[in-house]
Amino acid sequence: MPNDTPLLSLEGISKDFYGNSVLADVSFSVGKGQIVGLVGENGAGKTTLMRILFGMPVIAETGGFGGSIKLDGQEVFFKSPFDALDAGIGMVHQEFSLIPGFSTTENIALNREAMKANFACDIFGDRMSVLDRVTMRGRAEKAIKRLGVKLDPDMLVSEMPVGHKQFTEIAREINRENVKLLVLDEPTAVLTESEAEILLKSLRHLADQGISIIFISHRLHEVTTLADSIVVLRDGLVVKDTPAKGVSVRDIASWMVGRSVEAKRTDRSGRDIGDEILVFDKLWVDMPGETVKDVNLSVRKGEILGIGGLAGQGKLGIPNGVMGLYPAGGSVRFKGKDVPLNDPRRALELGMAFVSEDRRGVGLLLDEPLDWNIGFTAMQIRGDYLRSYLGGLVKLRDEEALKKLSQEYIELLSIKCTGAKQRAKELSGGNQQKICLAKAFALKPTLLFVSEPTRGIDVGAKELVLQSLRHYNRDFGTTIVMVSSELEELRSICDRVAIVDEGSIAGILLPDADISDFGLLMAGEARKEAADAKA
Amino acid sequence: MIKKTSIRRFFADNVVVIIFLVLTAAATPVSGLSAGYIVQEILTRIGRNSFLVFSLILPVMAGMGLNFGMVLGAMAGEIGLIFAVDWNIIGVPGLIFANLVGLPIAIFLGWLCGEVLNRARGREMVTGFILGFFMDGIYQFVVLYLMGSVIPMRSAAITLSRGYGIRNTLNLDSVRQSLDDLLMVKLFGINLPIATYLIIILLCVFIIWFRKTKLGQDMRAIGQDQIVSNASGIPVARTRVIAIIISTILAMVGQIIFLQNMGNMATYNAHRQTGFFAVAAILVGGASVTKATIPNVFIGVVLLHLMYIVMPRAGAQLFGSAQIGEYFRDAFSYGAIALALVLHAWRKMRGVEIDRAGLRQGVASAAPLEAIEPIKEDTL
Repeated sequence: MPNDTPLLSLEGISKDFYGNSVLADVSFSVGKGQIVGLVGENGAGKTTLMRILFGMPVIAETGGFGGSIKLDGQEVFFKSPFDALDAGIGMVHQEFSLIPGFSTTENIALNREAMKANFACDIFGDRMSVLDRVTMRGRAEKAIKRLGVKLDPDMLVSEMPVGHKQFTEIAREINRENVKLLVLDEPTAVLTESEAEILLKSLRHLADQGISIIFISHRLHEVTTLADSIVVLRDGLVVKDTPAKGVSVRDIASWMVGRSVEAKRTDRSGRDIGDEILVFDKLWVDMPGETVKDVNLSVRKGEILGIGGLAGQGKLGIPNGVMGLYPAGGSVRFKGKDVPLNDPRRALELGMAFVSEDRRGVGLLLDEPLDWNIGFTAMQIRGDYLRSYLGGLVKLRDEEALKKLSQEYIELLSIKCTGAKQRAKELSGGNQQKICLAKAFALKPTLLFVSEPTRGIDVGAKELVLQSLRHYNRDFGTTIVMVSSELEELRSICDRVAIVDEGSIAGILLPDADISDFGLLMAGEARKEAADAKA
Repeated sequence: MIKKTSIRRFFADNVVVIIFLVLTAAATPVSGLSAGYIVQEILTRIGRNSFLVFSLILPVMAGMGLNFGMVLGAMAGEIGLIFAVDWNIIGVPGLIFANLVGLPIAIFLGWLCGEVLNRARGREMVTGFILGFFMDGIYQFVVLYLMGSVIPMRSAAITLSRGYGIRNTLNLDSVRQSLDDLLMVKLFGINLPIATYLIIILLCVFIIWFRKTKLGQDMRAIGQDQIVSNASGIPVARTRVIAIIISTILAMVGQIIFLQNMGNMATYNAHRQTGFFAVAAILVGGASVTKATIPNVFIGVVLLHLMYIVMPRAGAQLFGSAQIGEYFRDAFSYGAIALALVLHAWRKMRGVEIDRAGLRQGVASAAPLEAIEPIKEDTL
């Protein structure tokens, strides 16, 4: 087999979005009947790579890509996903793409139904032919059998357990006669452990029948047990392409996140870290795409606590839930008092503030001047910067005080603007972020949630934002809970880093803990191994 | 426990039907109308109205909601009838002629309506409603100004005395009840328009057959998830346009059947309420914005019209004024539409709430799923 031409080979694939390189010289190949595990953090380039492979229009729209894709030794150019499907590549996405009111059979045969022609076809075309349900059912059963599982061909998708849906989806892909390669993006993410096991078994079963598989997963132990070879992507580069034999979960975890940045424990001098100030107990938050299921966590007074984890695992849901922006439940206690959930005003009044990851949507009044933006929440919640007339009947903005306030923060955070009356939407991303921070600072909170503070801003501004958080914490003793996708950033500023996985806390680590430990937690591995960090 | 919730569920799903059943059951004895009269009226109205109501089924199946845009089809049918009367084609041939004239107009208007609705996804119902008002203006322009001036009209009897434009009321004597009388059977003193019924049955068969075709399957898929359907290569926009075109054509035929039974036509008003009555009927029959079946049509037509028949008389008996009964029946029909729309939104919200319930008790509550049994190797 090693001498054969591989089924698929990617050669020197590179791609940049408007000068921002996301893939550089990615090459690897997939042999016939081989399973390749593709691993990488969010933003490592996996999704972009698969989009290129599938000829998604977004790639061509953003200037195409470099390098070449060879299928069976022939160079191929896919103009649309349908070309890729015709060439025998099937894709199973992370989200189910099934029709809920259709049966297993109807979904497997979706838009490839067997048909019987009749007189109406001659006049109105093929779409008037009647479906041949017997043949459809037969084909569906064949595909299910090929998977090696038991599925009821007549069950409606809406009544199925999640595992069955996943299998239906895979059965649909292998129902094509010519399917040679299957790409599975996080197929086990929604499955229980026993279901995942059965899935892995049937994937192996498929590979034995000669179908090649690219298996993308964050569950590293699945990758090590299933894959024949493992490709690790980091920052758009292939950092490792190795046979799976003898590779441990820990190895992959460190390849995945490993950067050679020095992380050290934060400087504690002159800071007073006290007792628990905020305690989460069984917190759940229904934030679409960032669902929090069961978070138990306590935050100490005066510390900077980092919350990290992969996208979609629920880290963003935590601050959004506490601050009442998404439906939430469970219990949150702040300074010993219960925090009423689903009530943004009460949360703010208790002395918590939130810098949202959605800067332009939640964070700013884009069409208003900077001083209003900075003073807005303080005016609403604390009644600051207002002047009372007629014994409090009429309250008007105190423009003078607002101006002073904004001048103060513009200098403190070195915000680049023409003045306090410039409109917020005219600023750059980094300066907008600083306005958001200033707005939260103006509330003089006891506890500050900061969500993705450096997303989408340039390197210099990043450092300034982090610096100002650090100083604010040191000078005022404000407790800060910082949520970020960038592990390095968390490790550089936080006293402790909690990692969220599948909607709950997988573990808490000190910033100087071994990088592979972070990787293991993020991948949902070795939850038990996670040592409780002592602050 | 389970029984109790299933009863409550049945009630919640059919509350509109139940309210109408109770109302008409209470009003019928009060009205003092004879059973024979009521049965005759209902049977006539089934023949008159159900075809129009059927035109709503396909767009619901394609996920486009209740097609208020069917009014466009009704206008096409009326234009067909104007020409049939003008050319003095009598009886069933006149109806066929009206259909032939109306067909290209209905196809064009249906295509237009479909294209517009494709640009207003998620707001099909209100867009269709307003589109109906807009087209009403165009219709008035064509019928009131162009007919007789630009479009040659032969009969002076139907044009306004100023020489162009069509009279307010169009006498349809030439085609009056020609379809109903084609095969009228008298049974126990009750007249049954068998030919009309046959056409309606034919339409039912067509709808049942259509559901089984590839196009019907595609419409069902699109109705449930446009994104998934698109990803699997189903031409979503085109299929939605086809659904609206078929609906518009059916509405055209339905309006012609309706008007031949009535025997005359209010040239500028006949179509105004068509969409409203059809939508009220199908909702009263238990349909929703996302689901409509053949029984819904018949139940709805029977219930709604039973109310229309008995309410004015019941009002006259109770309050000495038929007017009050008429107020009631209008209020209840509008109420039925509003209630059905609110219920639809409420059910959607309840669905989200049920999904969220899984989160409330934390991870442990994630419902245990039945394990999938692997098949042994040797069985393959």
